[in-house]
Amino acid sequence: METLYAITVGTLTACSVYLILRARSFPIVIGLTMLSYAVNLFLFSSGRLVIDQVPIIGAGEPYTDPLPQALVLTAIVIGFAMTAYSIILAVRVRGEFGSDEVNEPNYQAEQEDKR
Amino acid sequence: MYLALMVALPFLGAIAPLLVRHHSRRTISYAAGAVAVVSLLLLGYLTPSVLAGEVPQFLATWLPQLGLHVAFRLDGLSLLFAALILGIGLLIIIYAHFYLSQHDDAGRFYACLLLFMGSMLGIVTADNLILLWFFWELTSISSFLLIGFWFHQSNARRGARMALAITGAGGLALLAGILLIGNIAGSYQLDAVFAAADAIRAHSLYVPALLLVLIGAFTKSAQFPFQFWLPHAMAAPTPVSAYLHSATMVKAGIFLLARLFPVLGGTFEWFTIVTLVGLATMLFGAYFALLKNDLKGLLAFSTISHLGLITMLLGLGTHGALLAALFHILNHATFKAGLFMIAGIIDHETGSRDLRKLGGLRKAMPMTMWLAMITSAAMAGVPLLNGFLSKEMFFTEAYQQHLFGGLSWFIPVLVTLGAMLSVAYSIRFVYDVFFDKAHELPKQPHEPPIMMRVPVLILAALCITVGIAPMIMVSGFLTPALTSVAGADAEVYIALWHGFNLPLLMSVLALLGGIIIYLQRTELFNFNRQFDIRDAKDVFAGIVSRVTRFCDNLMQRIETGSLQRYMAALFILVLVFVIPELMNISALTGSRPQLDVDAISLSGAIILMAAAFGAVIFHRQRLTSLLMLSVVGLMVSLVFIQFSAPDLAMTQLVVEVVSILLMILALFFMPQRIPRSSTGGRVARDILIAGFVGGVVGSITFALLTRPFSSISDYFLANSVPGGGGTNVVNVILVDFRGFDTLGEITVLAIAAAGIHKLLNNLRPFMPSGDVDGRAWHQVKHPMMLQTISQLVLPLALMVSMYIFLRGHNLPGGGFIAGLVTAAAMILQYMANGVDWVKERFNYNYQSLAAIGVLIASLTGVGSWLFGANFLTSWFTYLDWPIVGKFEIATAILFDLGVYLTVIGATLMILANFGQMTTRHRPRQEGH
Repeated sequence: METLYAITVGTLTACSVYLILRARSFPIVIGLTMLSYAVNLFLFSSGRLVIDQVPIIGAGEPYTDPLPQALVLTAIVIGFAMTAYSIILAVRVRGEFGSDEVNEPNYQAEQEDKR
Repeated sequence: MYLALMVALPFLGAIAPLLVRHHSRRTISYAAGAVAVVSLLLLGYLTPSVLAGEVPQFLATWLPQLGLHVAFRLDGLSLLFAALILGIGLLIIIYAHFYLSQHDDAGRFYACLLLFMGSMLGIVTADNLILLWFFWELTSISSFLLIGFWFHQSNARRGARMALAITGAGGLALLAGILLIGNIAGSYQLDAVFAAADAIRAHSLYVPALLLVLIGAFTKSAQFPFQFWLPHAMAAPTPVSAYLHSATMVKAGIFLLARLFPVLGGTFEWFTIVTLVGLATMLFGAYFALLKNDLKGLLAFSTISHLGLITMLLGLGTHGALLAALFHILNHATFKAGLFMIAGIIDHETGSRDLRKLGGLRKAMPMTMWLAMITSAAMAGVPLLNGFLSKEMFFTEAYQQHLFGGLSWFIPVLVTLGAMLSVAYSIRFVYDVFFDKAHELPKQPHEPPIMMRVPVLILAALCITVGIAPMIMVSGFLTPALTSVAGADAEVYIALWHGFNLPLLMSVLALLGGIIIYLQRTELFNFNRQFDIRDAKDVFAGIVSRVTRFCDNLMQRIETGSLQRYMAALFILVLVFVIPELMNISALTGSRPQLDVDAISLSGAIILMAAAFGAVIFHRQRLTSLLMLSVVGLMVSLVFIQFSAPDLAMTQLVVEVVSILLMILALFFMPQRIPRSSTGGRVARDILIAGFVGGVVGSITFALLTRPFSSISDYFLANSVPGGGGTNVVNVILVDFRGFDTLGEITVLAIAAAGIHKLLNNLRPFMPSGDVDGRAWHQVKHPMMLQTISQLVLPLALMVSMYIFLRGHNLPGGGFIAGLVTAAAMILQYMANGVDWVKERFNYNYQSLAAIGVLIASLTGVGSWLFGANFLTSWFTYLDWPIVGKFEIATAILFDLGVYLTVIGATLMILANFGQMTTRHRPRQEGH
């Protein structure tokens, strides 16, 4: 199970990194969101994989480690704030410059000259 | 205490001239003068005890871990310098009142001057080496402001920049030297450093420390080869030159040498470097002073020369040499400040400073002429004036040293040569200005206002009285100063007459030779014309522009403006740091027993990975990619359920819904087609980077998962019910154990929402009227079925969220999840019924909701102070309610309410505002 979990986290990370390296803003937003999932899963894994040991007193001992869960819970909410901010930033950039390119305009021009 | 007040006063008082800057010039000058007078009175109050041999000290710890304290001391050396700084400072303030024109901003001038005064006082009274350095840098900054006071003149700006660059760079070297010394001594407090003097001198790092400190001192005191900034700093208003470049700023380097003499001095390295640099500077300065046609230029180079003289004396380091050095510091400050003021008077009253244009002023300005004659004679070393005495002592020392063995004789010869040049330029200063033949001048020359002459008069009187009665006038001051430099039981003896001896002969030679050189000066000028000496300014400007160009090129290479390149560099850097660490682990698999894979988990993982790949493959088809992302998000929440984290699963589920909604909204404003823009090489590179990062992260995760661990969570598990009153440990951690973290987190959430709100302000979004193929949007904006269901769902959703909120302390749930559920239900109303419909029924300001949430959470924390407990200490009890039964109330639930409201407020601020972009409610020019 641990192997499967690790492969999943690795795959998520790889996919999100590839998306973040794109030149248009929307794939980057998707990549960032996916990367935050991957990071959350990684943080969560610091409590190790434990089945049926919900950290609720009275549900039956032993309990899994509640601390990574608390940290990840706040990370999910902050991740949402970050995703929202990057989306609106992308929309704003589109509105201001009329383009969803993430590279600076003069860099774009340079690249086109080279071609 | 008075000591600290004396240093702090000029800093505090710097505001005074600014406060009254709109009043008359007189008021401004009085305000500045009052500050200097009070500081001087405080110094006067402390003086008797210093003269009696005590050392008043002040200590307040600042950063004890760094050995940095606000510590002051007033020993003899400090007293000597502090008296110069404050005394001459006061005279300068009086003089500047008349010097500055009506167009100059006197408030700014005096503020900078007082700042500078305070910084200098700080240097000379600091009892901690780092504090000393701190004030040292402050003088660099405040002198930059003063030199560049007339910032509309380009040469003032250039001169100020050069002074800052040179002295600032020297300051960095000094800091390095001080850190070395402090490390060897184990403390930065002066007493401890003095005590460790022998250890420092014997240490292997002594030479580097000495060199670094000397670079600092030499740059500040314009010693060869760093002398070139001083003449260019003459672009400053003359009162500034008179203050900074006679008595204070350039003396800071000398002060540092004297201050650290007991620690660093007396060695062969010290002697060789300091003496030779001083000698070279003295000759260099004297030679160029004679060649200068600008009055202030002449004085600037003569200052360099005299500073060299003092440096040389400190280098020689004998008892007599140190006394001569201290005495000459005092003398030079008096006559040079006077001379600068005279130069300013001449410039002010004639409109010119050029020695070739000036001449015959003795009739128009007889009084000024006498003052100039006295001060120049003191500079030249004419008997019965103070300059003669210290120069005579200097000759004695130069003659008595035997430090170069058989070649020691060349030092007195060179010294005499320097003195001759000094006499020559002093004559030139007086003769070319006041005698010689008169020329046409920009202004009709006349005597300046009486108060402009009074400061010079005081200084000239000091030159004479000290020259005639040195023991009465200054021995009291010099004794404690010498004690603090040369050690205990210093004796000061200054005689007017030593009988016919070699130093006297040197003096006579210097005077005669000086006259001859002056008479033959045209020969010298012609000789000098053969050399094409490059102006230091051009050399400096060349270096600066080369450095700038180099940095520009470098910047253009690094900062290409390509986000893709930055991100790639970032990821590669991560790999570079992480991969070696991973390679250090002997085996990836740890000892922790692993779980078996079941079919459901396997299929879930496959779906998750397939969706992630799908999002990548279809990333140019926006909607498909988004759907794939939402599959990933939902699968992640299933992962949380599987591994005993119901709270996380709920949060993830609701966040997923809200963020996908937000992204669908954003799709409307984003380009509908994403062109294929990456080249094959780029794709291959990115796949490589992504693959490596993914592989590394996966390996770390695996290594982590298979290793046993010990956690601090046992405490939370054990104390959740008895201490926090809740059985849901995750929630109790959030609202109780780690409540402060959560408070910070909801604040961040609210700030992010506020930032988004601002980004949406005045946004001119790109709004297509139809889809990419030109089809118009659907006519029905709000489908009936969705409208009806959403209205039915709202009360249910609110009830569910209340339920989740209330049970959160004991069962999965809590403020975060409940807030997100409420927000999602509200968003559904906006989507189904339109913004207008919602506004009619529920027109609430979400910004204040978020703010109220943060406020409630904070007040809950503050509330525990009322009961004498720490911030955010929780309290709870159980109540018996009829029908409902036993019920727990806790302050934590109030905190959770704050979380709940913040989450609703922030989420709706983001989504509702964004959704309003296409309507007439879109945010515009708010808060402007």
